Amino acid sequence: MKMTITEKILARAAGLDCVKPGDNIWVNVDVLLTHDVCGPGTIGIFHREFGKDAKVFSKEGVVIIPDHYIFTADEKAHRNVDILREFVKAQGLPYFYEPGTPSYCGVCHLGLPQHGHVRPGEVIIGTDSHTCSHGALGAFSTGVGNTDAGFVMGTGKMLVKVPETIRFVLNGRKPDYISAKDMILRIIGDIGVDGAMYCAMEFTGDAVRDLSIDERITICNMAVEAGAKNGIIPPDEKTFEYVRSRTDKAFVPVYGDDGAPVMKEYVYDVSEFVPCVAKPHIPSNYAAARDCSDVVIDRAYIGSCTGGKLDDMIMAASVLAGRKVKAETLIVPATMEIADAMKTVKIGGKSLVDIFEAAGCAPIPPPSCAACLGGPVDTFGRTHGSEVVISTTNRNFIGRMGSKNAPIYLASPLTAAASAVTGRITDPRDI
Amino acid sequence: MKIKAKVYVLGDNIDTDQIIPAQYLNLVPTIKSEYDKLGSYAMAGLPETAIPFVDSATGKSPYGIMIAGRNFGCGSSREHAPVALGAAGCKAVIAESYARIFFRNSVATGEVYPFETPVSLVSEFKTGDEAELDVGSGTLMRLSDGKVFPLKSLGAVAPVVEAGGMFGYARKVGMIKS
Repeated sequence: MKMTITEKILARAAGLDCVKPGDNIWVNVDVLLTHDVCGPGTIGIFHREFGKDAKVFSKEGVVIIPDHYIFTADEKAHRNVDILREFVKAQGLPYFYEPGTPSYCGVCHLGLPQHGHVRPGEVIIGTDSHTCSHGALGAFSTGVGNTDAGFVMGTGKMLVKVPETIRFVLNGRKPDYISAKDMILRIIGDIGVDGAMYCAMEFTGDAVRDLSIDERITICNMAVEAGAKNGIIPPDEKTFEYVRSRTDKAFVPVYGDDGAPVMKEYVYDVSEFVPCVAKPHIPSNYAAARDCSDVVIDRAYIGSCTGGKLDDMIMAASVLAGRKVKAETLIVPATMEIADAMKTVKIGGKSLVDIFEAAGCAPIPPPSCAACLGGPVDTFGRTHGSEVVISTTNRNFIGRMGSKNAPIYLASPLTAAASAVTGRITDPRDI
Repeated sequence: MKIKAKVYVLGDNIDTDQIIPAQYLNLVPTIKSEYDKLGSYAMAGLPETAIPFVDSATGKSPYGIMIAGRNFGCGSSREHAPVALGAAGCKAVIAESYARIFFRNSVATGEVYPFETPVSLVSEFKTGDEAELDVGSGTLMRLSDGKVFPLKSLGAVAPVVEAGGMFGYARKVGMIKS
């Protein structure tokens, strides 16, 4: 029977010749990712269930990347990183990206691929809903809670229901005012926040192949915002080049069979897409940016696993170069690698860091999840009042960035930067 | 098993930030005192106009059953969400549909029963109504008039729910040693 890429990865991980949607199977997990918010609870469950002397299923297979509550005075947040550090030491884990040391990397969903832990055809489980990001490199990758993660930590196995696949074929040539964020916000606007519930979202087509790895991550990152179990993009030479530059570990990519049945297929021509936003308070609340030009903003926020990558910074800087921002503008690189590159990558002879400074953006803080999910009260960029925010992050639920009274508009880095310049929601073509 | 309780009624797309706001994710569910604390913050992210879910004097909820619409628990993978509901004293959520990670976390932890309904029950109840959930037969009775509403079968996850969660199930099927 013909299988999709998601089905074939799961079949291989389960040691089966064939699986079909709805099958409940035990799969072998290659990588378990956890961070400071869910790691301590996962470790608690691991020890409670497997005993205090239990060992993890694979030292190389457990990757711990604290990133959520790092730059805060919150004592429990520090205590949680201490729990991770002690666990790593007791277990002898080689991959701990520890805050306050040179190994600190920042946001886990960029740190994981940047440090070579994401490989095509593998199975990745993480204690964070945006673990679906890693499907951008042709892996099966999904988020779970502490209990499932504690189980994986001890056994290396997970019970998975094989999802139905919904395929999104993105054709056409992407205009330069459109980014991957516009594509995924359009799709979520069309199918709704439960439009891909329990399903795999597979993204193919010329327009997807043309995207950089950073931009592919933007798309897969937000699959969970449509309720999907995983997002996935078939691997190609671009994928292999990225992965091989970051790890020597061998991998065997998986491709879907031609003609494999899918639950539904959507076909788009991205040349017709327009810059857009998701209005408060749900990511499916799609509107063209031009239809929101009466919305005055107090803050533009460029950061997070979906909107704080190097390509996002380049897009924002391309708009801000030679201009001044009217609204408060916060730039939060996702990882150290991105923060470093922002000092060397140049547009018109000026580094991205210099462009942001000259435009009047706030001083750039060290990488972390920062205000994407609110967090402790002293978190950088957290909302506290009724600030209207345009943000490159992935969620705009009530209170998501801290204050319940602060409305959030999700947008691409181009639209967020254009809006920062005018002080109201602005299509990047209109400045 | 039967659960008789007051119900708390919500609409569609109740996300995990409303169930437990991110500022409380510094609490670790496996530490008993912090588990209880999470319960005291259950549904703290609802708009300020909402009826309080938790009694601030006791830190517990007077509502043992949650009734909601579509896509309950969307958003984050935080297991703190079903844990907060369970720790507050809520025994079951009865929704038209669930976001998958919330559903899975409810089943895996055994903190709350996640029942689905064939049609929305949001308009059939108001917060404070009394109801009786029959877990065995999969029905919900409105006590004011005795009307019985059928719930969907738990399907493939029923054995995991019956085993009390993921670890109980894995031991039962021999995936891990007892």
